[in-house]
Amino acid sequence: MTMKLRIPGTVLVALLMFAAGYAALFVAPDERTMHEIQRIFYFHVPSWSASFTAFFIAFLANIGYLVTRRARWDWLGVSAAEVGVVACTIGLITGPLWAKPVWGVWWTWDARLTTTFILWLLYIAYLLLRGLIEEPGRRATLSAVFGIFAFLDVPLVYLSNRLWRTQHPQPVVFGGPGSGLDPTMGKVLGLSIFAVLCLMLLVLIDRYRLESLRDEINELRQDAEREPRESPPVRAASER
Amino acid sequence: MSTARAASIILAKELRLELRTRELLNATLIFALIVIVMFSYAFDPTSAESRRYGPGLLWIAFLFAGSLMLHPSFAREQSNETLDALRLAPISNFAILLGKMAANFIFLAAAELVLVPIFAVLYNLPVASVAGRLVLVLALGTAGLVVAGTVFAAITAHSRMRELMLPLLLLPVLAPLLVAAVEATASLLNDAPALDRSWVAFLAAFDIVFMTASWLVCDFLLEE
Amino acid sequence: MPAEASAPVSSAASTGSFCSLGVSFEGVQKSFGPVFALRGVTLRIRAGEFVVLLGPNGAGKTTLLRLAALLVTPSRGTVRFSAATRSVDAQSSGDSIPQEAAKRLIGVIGHSTLLYEDLTASENLRLFARLYGLEDRDARISAALDACGLPSRANALVRTFSRGMRQRLAIARALLHDPSLLLLDEPATGLDRQGLAWLTERLSGLRGQGSTVIMSTHARSESLDLATRAVVLVGGRLVEDTGADGKLAALLDRLRSEN
Repeated sequence: MTMKLRIPGTVLVALLMFAAGYAALFVAPDERTMHEIQRIFYFHVPSWSASFTAFFIAFLANIGYLVTRRARWDWLGVSAAEVGVVACTIGLITGPLWAKPVWGVWWTWDARLTTTFILWLLYIAYLLLRGLIEEPGRRATLSAVFGIFAFLDVPLVYLSNRLWRTQHPQPVVFGGPGSGLDPTMGKVLGLSIFAVLCLMLLVLIDRYRLESLRDEINELRQDAEREPRESPPVRAASER
Repeated sequence: MSTARAASIILAKELRLELRTRELLNATLIFALIVIVMFSYAFDPTSAESRRYGPGLLWIAFLFAGSLMLHPSFAREQSNETLDALRLAPISNFAILLGKMAANFIFLAAAELVLVPIFAVLYNLPVASVAGRLVLVLALGTAGLVVAGTVFAAITAHSRMRELMLPLLLLPVLAPLLVAAVEATASLLNDAPALDRSWVAFLAAFDIVFMTASWLVCDFLLEE
Repeated sequence: MPAEASAPVSSAASTGSFCSLGVSFEGVQKSFGPVFALRGVTLRIRAGEFVVLLGPNGAGKTTLLRLAALLVTPSRGTVRFSAATRSVDAQSSGDSIPQEAAKRLIGVIGHSTLLYEDLTASENLRLFARLYGLEDRDARISAALDACGLPSRANALVRTFSRGMRQRLAIARALLHDPSLLLLDEPATGLDRQGLAWLTERLSGLRGQGSTVIMSTHARSESLDLATRAVVLVGGRLVEDTGADGKLAALLDRLRSEN
């Protein structure tokens, strides 16, 4: 992304976030039972949307790398994984902050939360793995393989949890996915999700650019090291 | 040469090596046993509690012991670079992976067959009457563990801190397998023992998904 | 030159003809992360040549051999194989053969012995005989053990062998399936005088049979006398290639006097 686009882009996203924050705090109606604390919902849900979107992008990037072997897919993979982990961490922190005053428990192992937590663990493992493999080609390949396995695991985690819950009915603690939403609340939520997704994309693009710059520096360094040891040209037998 | 035949040659080699050194089997067995005994120190369960927590404990012991046992699959091939020798041969990469998965399955299954009766005795669990069905659950669960585990062993063979990375990568991925295996085992140890078809189907699905994924990525695992 | 419809890929023992393998590297480049092991190497080795690979350490000789062995895939460029059969009555030109088929005909002696320490000598040989789909396994194994002077140690674990014995067994393993292309990475390392003589004898036998040999070595090695061509790598690039003509002797003399 060129400098020309970055500044207006950043300004636009900042405005969006500001608008979403304002709407969340002042425009959205007061919730009947939870009152003010409920407003954290406007940041909690979008953080989850952002993290899941980022992880999905990472999954596609992993496949992309294995199919094409072009480094840019690896850059996208690591950028998306990092952004996803950050967004997921925010979600995992805001969730309990909201849950405890309202429902009395910090945590419950329902399908969504369990899946989110395992997803968070998996991508942290992905990032750790990358940190421990030195050779870049191998690092990209092996982490891509792990990334694919990790993502394939996610629906299995979700399903296993749902299946468990049908067999062992638990009191529904956090509002189920289908609970009704006041229209204004819905609009504010929509705006928040959009704003956070834009923020996520902005950070993702910046992170990707950081990787591509790193690669460029490495290439330049190699070229510089190569120069003084230029070897004599090939002399084929036929030329003599 | 067909993949199955090549895999069986590799399996035979792995078995022969292990029977000669016996390092893995002994260590796996003792480790799992220690986990099981330590749990009983910590909890001293009553009969009802045993039935409730027993299956979970059993599978956690297998998961921990298994993830430690899988590491040598590829680490052992690094001395004298014998993995190169296997890759040179006119056999597919999947055959190499499959042979090792089969070997790991046999080792872990052998350890389980010893551990389950000991476990049943220590926790007073009625295992004998459901033995056949329990073996099915054990087989499906162990297969999933071994498929994902062997792939991750191949991955971590090239990373630093390998022994730590393998469980770190494997255990989160196996979370759904753990739930399924525990539930299926628990339903067999109930007052009215029954084979829970949905969990067994889930285990089979898990195995198929990961086996297919392994087949798709096997070349990437072994290339240079 | 007449070309056969398909080049039969089989060992000398079964059909009475010998399949010789040629390998060509086209614009091959290999990098491991930021390190370039090979740059833009184009080299065509015809079936039956005995090529000696020379150059300082780190020049890329090992990488080139590993590329030929299909252990490593090039970052750029291709590695192709062609098979030429020579039977009692006819000789065909090279037909290109797929890499999977070529593996059956390639033998490698590398820096590591590629042997399982906890298996016996004969178990090691049997494993590879099975992996290569060889039929007359017992005969080949005992012949191999006899040839490398280890028949009395057939049932001893490789772990108990000395360096020289391991290297001899490694060589026996590499030759077990009568390879048409033999890739050697400094094979004389660890061999004593007797072992060296045996190696040279085997190599000369292979050369007579029509196998292609690519051997990386130092200029002072004895086996150099068998070579028909020399190739020099420096810094990952091909800097000299004597081709199939008589420049080889001159090059070798020059290198010997330099060292």
